[in-house]
Amino acid sequence: MSGKRVTFKNFWLAILLILPQLFLVFTFFYWPAGEALYWAFTLEPPFGGEQQWVGWQNFETVFADPLYWNSVKRSLLFAFSSTALAMGIGLLLASFVDRQLAGYKVYRFIYFWPYAVAAPAVGLAFRFIFAPDAGFVSAINVWFPGLWNPALDGFDAMVLIVLANAWSMVAYNFIFFLAGLQSIPRSLVEAGAMDGAGAVRRMRDLQLPLIAPTFFFLIVINITDSFVNSFGIVDITTGGGPARATDLMVFKIYSDGFKGKDYSLAAAQSLVLMLMVCALTFIQFRFVERRVHYS
Amino acid sequence: MIERTPLLNFTTHAILIVGLVMLLLPLWIVFVASTHDFRTVNTVPMPLWPGSHMVENYVAAWTQSGFGPKMLNSLVMAIGVTTGKIAIAALSAYSIVYFRYRLRMVFFWLVFITLMLPLEVRIVPTYAVAANAFRPLQVLLDVFGMSWLLESVTGLRLVLPEWSLLNSYSGLILPLIATATGTFLYRQFFLTVPDELLEAAKMDGTGPLRFLFDILLPLSKTNMAALATIMFVYSWNQYLWPLLIVTDPAYGTAVMQLQRIVPGPLFGEPPRWHIAMAGTLIVMLPPLLVVVFMQRWFVRGLINQDK
Repeated sequence: MSGKRVTFKNFWLAILLILPQLFLVFTFFYWPAGEALYWAFTLEPPFGGEQQWVGWQNFETVFADPLYWNSVKRSLLFAFSSTALAMGIGLLLASFVDRQLAGYKVYRFIYFWPYAVAAPAVGLAFRFIFAPDAGFVSAINVWFPGLWNPALDGFDAMVLIVLANAWSMVAYNFIFFLAGLQSIPRSLVEAGAMDGAGAVRRMRDLQLPLIAPTFFFLIVINITDSFVNSFGIVDITTGGGPARATDLMVFKIYSDGFKGKDYSLAAAQSLVLMLMVCALTFIQFRFVERRVHYS
Repeated sequence: MIERTPLLNFTTHAILIVGLVMLLLPLWIVFVASTHDFRTVNTVPMPLWPGSHMVENYVAAWTQSGFGPKMLNSLVMAIGVTTGKIAIAALSAYSIVYFRYRLRMVFFWLVFITLMLPLEVRIVPTYAVAANAFRPLQVLLDVFGMSWLLESVTGLRLVLPEWSLLNSYSGLILPLIATATGTFLYRQFFLTVPDELLEAAKMDGTGPLRFLFDILLPLSKTNMAALATIMFVYSWNQYLWPLLIVTDPAYGTAVMQLQRIVPGPLFGEPPRWHIAMAGTLIVMLPPLLVVVFMQRWFVRGLINQDK
């Protein structure tokens, strides 16, 4: 960390200034994380009393449960398909806005709006638009009765939440891709064009490699966000159903912990999820930042 | 602009317009649905042009859900979290950048690591702390023997009061205030401030607090605006945490209310989508307005985070 040449020396004032943040981080972050660790390895006896140390038993219960693997599978499917969709559309729109034709500022301005909408509000809007008996998509049920019903068909429900999540994430990806593309020196792209590289060729061999850091940063952010955002969308649209087809990890932790009141099992699941998100962030810091840099 | 072939220009406009329609259509449908009556909104497919029942639908949605106090709660929460985050980020970044002590790197990483685990991921254990927010500190004091030491010296036992966060504004606000991104953003800003500024200030005999409040903070106004817009939208849109911490409807937030207005045949009610969509639009409007009118700051803040 590049520091300041001149600094203050007042140690206790420095501590005092950072103390509020440390208190909050300790109380609402490190302590809960530690407690989750403790719960994950203990069990509360059925008739009260001290927590009992049970070793890996909670994890064994979780990992032996096919419903848990179902939720992991659904979460990954959800994360990867909505990430691919949101990033693909974001990049497409950004690369065309980057051409800076007349009116591009209007597009840039409006494309960002969906980012402001809360996840459960997106959920409710999409629930209406994609409802089997109202809204718009139900029109296909007029011609092909029963073709679309997210309340009964697991695949339809997954499509619904993926579209809702992708819609709310496109704006974010668009802004970052656009910033990345605009940071490439114009002269470089012009030189490519003079050498006879077409628009597609320039995108593939010149612009994409140059915005690779943005690209990988967005992959990690999108996947993390799809774990986090998913709760609002799933809770409002499908409630984890039908038949657990959209029972994503955060939603399952919530229902096991707060509806089923099984803290030990929920803690073990939380721990696995924490490790997954940590690993993703770690990969971003260590691996991506080092290997993918061209400046 | 490099190539101006008519075909490529046409494709560009076509794709951009399709993108515009895709991104705006859901918002438009929500708006249109909120302006029709019960019968029209349930016809398939629904008309794409607004109807004439807008005012009555919004009045109905507003009064049914009691959006008055709920919007006020959301506003208190959003403003509380935003100001709290900015204050705490500025103070701790100032401590890390402008003071030289050994622990500062440790503190920086302690704060920075929190970026890895958003609230939703550690929701169960965080909720357990909310019943008494002083419990972690109490245990820490007990374990490190400080309360024992104090007891033997003064004969008093140090017992922190119980501090329940359930059903309170502090419960809605405090757990969301700790901010790694904000601290990072402020640290970046402080590092770009030239050293000469502090040298000059020191020569004039300015103390550390005066330097922060009279010189650095006024300089960081754009930074503050960027952070404020992002954090306002973030905290207004919180859903899972308020859902857990609030059981008393008096502290309910607007976004929480969405769960109650989902129309469904499950409850044997007619699907009153027009009211539900009016409610949705009411809830999503404040952050949308912030993004529309403050987009310049918003985008600058987002991109500068550069995690």
